[in-house]
Formats: sequence, C-alpha cells, structure tokens
Amino acid sequence: MNPATEVPTPLDVARSVGEPVLEVRNLTVEFATRGGSLAVVQNVDIAIEQGEVHAVVGESGSGKSVTALAIMGLLPERTARVSSGEIRFRGRDLTTLNRKEMRNLQGREIAMVFQEPMTSLNPAFTVGDQIAESVRHHVGSGRRAASARAIELLDEVGIPQAARRAEAYPHEFSGGMRQRVMIAMALACEPDLLIADEPTTALDVTIQAQIVELIRRLSRDRGTSVMFITHDFGVVAEVADNVTVMYAAEVIESADVFRLFESPQHPYTAALLHAVPSLDEDLADDDDRAMPGVPPNPTAFPPACRFAPRCVHVVEGCHQSIPQLLSTADGRRVRCLRADELTLTGRS
Amino acid sequence: MTTVEIPTGDAPAATRPKTAARRSFVRRFAEQRVAMAALTLLALIVIAAVFASSLAPHPPNAQNLRNILKGPGSDGHLLGTDHLGRDVLSRLIYGARFSLLASVEAVGVGLLIGFLPGLLAGYIGGKVDWCVMRVIEALMAFPPIILAIAVVASLGPGLTNAMIAVGVVFAPRFARMTRDATLSVREETFVEAARSMGLRRSTILRRHVVPHVLSPLIVMTTVLAGVAMIVEAGLSYVGLGAVPPDSSWGTMLAGSIRYTTNSPLLIVWPGLCVVVCVVCLNLIGDGIKDSVGREARGKISR
Repeated sequence: MNPATEVPTPLDVARSVGEPVLEVRNLTVEFATRGGSLAVVQNVDIAIEQGEVHAVVGESGSGKSVTALAIMGLLPERTARVSSGEIRFRGRDLTTLNRKEMRNLQGREIAMVFQEPMTSLNPAFTVGDQIAESVRHHVGSGRRAASARAIELLDEVGIPQAARRAEAYPHEFSGGMRQRVMIAMALACEPDLLIADEPTTALDVTIQAQIVELIRRLSRDRGTSVMFITHDFGVVAEVADNVTVMYAAEVIESADVFRLFESPQHPYTAALLHAVPSLDEDLADDDDRAMPGVPPNPTAFPPACRFAPRCVHVVEGCHQSIPQLLSTADGRRVRCLRADELTLTGRS
Repeated sequence: MTTVEIPTGDAPAATRPKTAARRSFVRRFAEQRVAMAALTLLALIVIAAVFASSLAPHPPNAQNLRNILKGPGSDGHLLGTDHLGRDVLSRLIYGARFSLLASVEAVGVGLLIGFLPGLLAGYIGGKVDWCVMRVIEALMAFPPIILAIAVVASLGPGLTNAMIAVGVVFAPRFARMTRDATLSVREETFVEAARSMGLRRSTILRRHVVPHVLSPLIVMTTVLAGVAMIVEAGLSYVGLGAVPPDSSWGTMLAGSIRYTTNSPLLIVWPGLCVVVCVVCLNLIGDGIKDSVGREARGKISR
C-alpha cells in the first residue's frame, strides 16, 4: 500500500507538530522475587520520533527487553509491574490503559517482532492464515480480503511467489524467511511503532544484513518508527538513526548514531564499540581492550556508578556519588561523572 | 519417523496443498502396521455393533430352555448358547453396543468436565490454577470404583449413570493432562506473539493453544476409553451397569460365571472381546502418539 494515498488522520497532525511517537519517561519496572522487589529497569527515558529507527543497545540483562515488554503491555502480570514513570504513545499514557484498551493498541498501533523466528510462528497454521488473523482481528475485514492482504504483505517483505508461499506452513520456511513473515505480520495493520527485539540475533550474518535492510526500507517507506533492540553494534551502525545504550537497568548514554560511534562519552559505550572485532586490526593487539568482569546482578547493583567496578577510567569519586543522566550541549545524554574530562576514542 | 519430506526454503516445497500436514500424519499412521491392524479390528467391531440387528444370527434375548449351554457350532449357534439357551454370538454383537457406548460416554463426560478447567488453569495460572488443582486432587483421591458405586447408588443402576460416574472419575485426569500440556505451550513464543498482536484471550486459546494440546489428549482419550470398557464390564458384572436382560459383555460374564465347569468357553468370549477392544484402543493410542506427537515441534527445533 502506498502511504501517499492514505487519508490524513488526526495522527498526521500530531506528526507534523514533531512530538515523539513514543516517549518513555522515568520508567521503572520491578519484578517481585522471593527476596523482595527488584528494579530491572530504572528511570529509563527514551524518545522515538516519527520515522526514526532507534536502537537500544546493551548486554543481556541490561533491561532492554523488559523495557520493550513494558511498552507492549506484555509484562508477566503476576511478577512484574511498572512502579513509576510513564509511557506516552501518541499522547496517551500506556501505563494507565486497561487490558481492553491495550489490546486494541497491540498489533494495530504498536507491533512487535521477536528474537526467535523459529518459534514465533504457530506451526499448526499456514503463514498466510497467521498474517490474516491479525488483519481480520483489527481491521475487521473478511476472510478473503484478509488473505489477499496477507499475500500483499508477504510480497512487500520480499518473499518470492507470495501467493503460493502464503499456503505454506512455518516449517517450510528458513529462519530468515520466517523473520520476514514475522515482520509482515507485525506490519499487517500499519502500526506507528514497530518494536524489534533482537530480530537478527538468531540469524546468520548475510541474512542479518537482509533483515536489517528490510526494516530500514519499511521504516523509510511507511514512516514507521522502529525501536530496534540489539546487542550488536555492527547492526546498530547499519540500522539506527539514534542509539540508547543501557547498562544494569539504566540508560547510560544516548546520542545519534554518528556521534556515538565517533566520540562515545561513556566508558562503557567506548568499551562496547571496541569489543567489535575489526578486519583492519590484529586480534592479538585487541586483548587489552576486552572489558573485564561481568554485568552486575540486579540483586546487587553497585551503590554509586553501576559501571565503576569494570571501568578503566574509574576514579575515587565514582564509588561515592551517583551519576545523573545529564544532557550535554548538543542534545546528547550521558551518565558519567567524568564525561567532561574524558576523551574517548570511537570507531568510524 | 520415516517421512521423506525435508522442507527447505526452496519454492517447490510450497506447491504442496494446504492439507499437507494432516495428510502426512495419516501417512505416518498408516505406516505403523500394528496400529493399523488395531484400527481395522476396532472398526470391524464398531461396524458389527452398529449393524447388530442385521448381523446377529438370532435375537439376543430369545431364550430356548431346551437348548441351553450348548458348545460352539451346534444347531446354527456358532459360539453355542448360554444358560438360558440364548445365542452367544448374537449377544456378543449386541453387547458391543453397550461396551462401546459405555466408553464413549465415560470419555465424553470426562472431557466435557475436565478439558476446559484444565486449559484455563494452565493458561491463566495463579488463583484459577490453584483452585482447579485442589479440586482435581480431591477427585483423584477417591477410588474410582467407590465413586462410581456411590453415583449409581444415588442415581439408580443403569449403564448411563454408571458411565457418568466413570466420566467424573476421568475428568481430573483429563484436566491435569490438559493443564500440563497448556503450561508448556503457553511459554511458546508464538503465543506471546499472538498476545503482542492484541488478540482476544479466547482467540489465542482456540487458535494457538488448543491445537497443540490436542495430540496428548487424543492419546489419553484412547487409553481411558479402554479403561472405561473394563470398568463397564466390572460394574455390569456386579450388577451396577447394564441391567439384564440387556447383554453387555460385563453382564454376560456375570451370567456365565456359574457355569464355568460345564461350559468354560462361555466366559472366554466376552472376556476376549473386552481384551481385544482395550488392546486395540491402546495400540491406536500408541500409533497416534508416534505419528502426531512432536510433528510440528520437532521440525521447529531443527
């Protein structure tokens, strides 16, 4: 479908004002455990503009997936809750919506692509059926129209002979093809925001590049905002406009992709950038750049700067005062006491 | 598994029609000789039961007191006569009706009562799960026969009453099996994906959970159908199931047990029928398990 032919909606007005599609403010998510509640996401701020591809980067357990689930309203109900903050999507605070309102939003306005393409499709139905399901549910179109739309979508995500492939079952697809199907499914109702939770992690590198390219293209063509969760800086460089780096449940740095790569301001970001092996450098020389230690456990976050125990630039003060996420002059944000004095090298 | 289909991302694989998955299940089942033999035998018994009135050589309750306890092959009675001179073969054929009906009733009632609570307990979890599990445990603690006798005592004897009782006994087994299967399906990514699309809970259950719970349930159904048949025979034997002169296999056993010394074969026939049916049901269950089981799941984890 051509976005140009769409009838303007009140949403388009909001777009023109330049208000972010999604604005996560001060979000804290707590999980109930035996030992009390654990904040696995703490005071997170993320803003995503119309048509922007925003990468959220971090190690496993840094809280990036939980942030995504909180936005989708898919947190496990009994164990997790949003304890403070708000998730503003097109001016509405999603944390205040009830289940029915949330359900109307899910799939239609915010859609999600999961990490595991091998298990995120129901093996009992054809892929065409599964895409059509969402269309029928949200748009309310008939069976025939929905399957036609499914074929159209499959074609759009680059599946050859879409009409025939729509009749096939998920096990007849390869991983990369399945991820394309998942993306088609997510795009079925033309959502304003697509959350892609490590969509390329389970794929091999050539397929990764194709999927990244596909997501970029769809975002550009449709003006869909994308929250792209990954831990791979190589993918970030390919896909993102802006980047938010998370560590130990907090946002530690955010910037646009060029400046982040060129001149990271947080030592963690710099260390992550250098963890990506390069073809130009000898691996043996890189050994001293490997980051020591492991990310802290949510039960025992360091009291002050959470990265201090692993930081190569650590000073005495890092263990005493809690660093705030400070905006710098050029619209970047960083959570480091020494952000001003450090000059970190990036990668180009 | 002996399937030859190795699905790839290649286009030719897509030419298979929509029913491919179902058909490959049938093919896999058909390849199991034992299960197919069992299915054929059971089908013959069912056909015999359905067309009993035209297949049976004599009316099942026609007595001939001058011609009692005859051995097989005498006077046109292929399997002989019982203590009232009734044709054993005819009674066996009519008895199949009762025995099959009994197991269908019991399993049906069990599924009716047990399936939905099990599904909801597994999917919703929490308090619902807790409550359902406690009820299940309470019901499981009852010895089945005692419960059946209690129900029959209050509702009066009769095959249907007895089988409702058996169904009540089966219900917690179905519920628990359904719950366990649901628990594992619930965690599948495609269920989460379905939730992320904002589908209604009932839709998710119907389209994304139930199809994956069915295969263990079908296996369990065949096994419990066999158990129901045995219980029916047992209850009828002690006079709590089918009531004479109705000829269920259980009442035939009960009636002929006193004449074992004169005509030992009389108790062999109905007993053999029960055994054959139960074994067939179990073998079919095994066959289904082997051919459906992890069909889809196995391919996923490839």
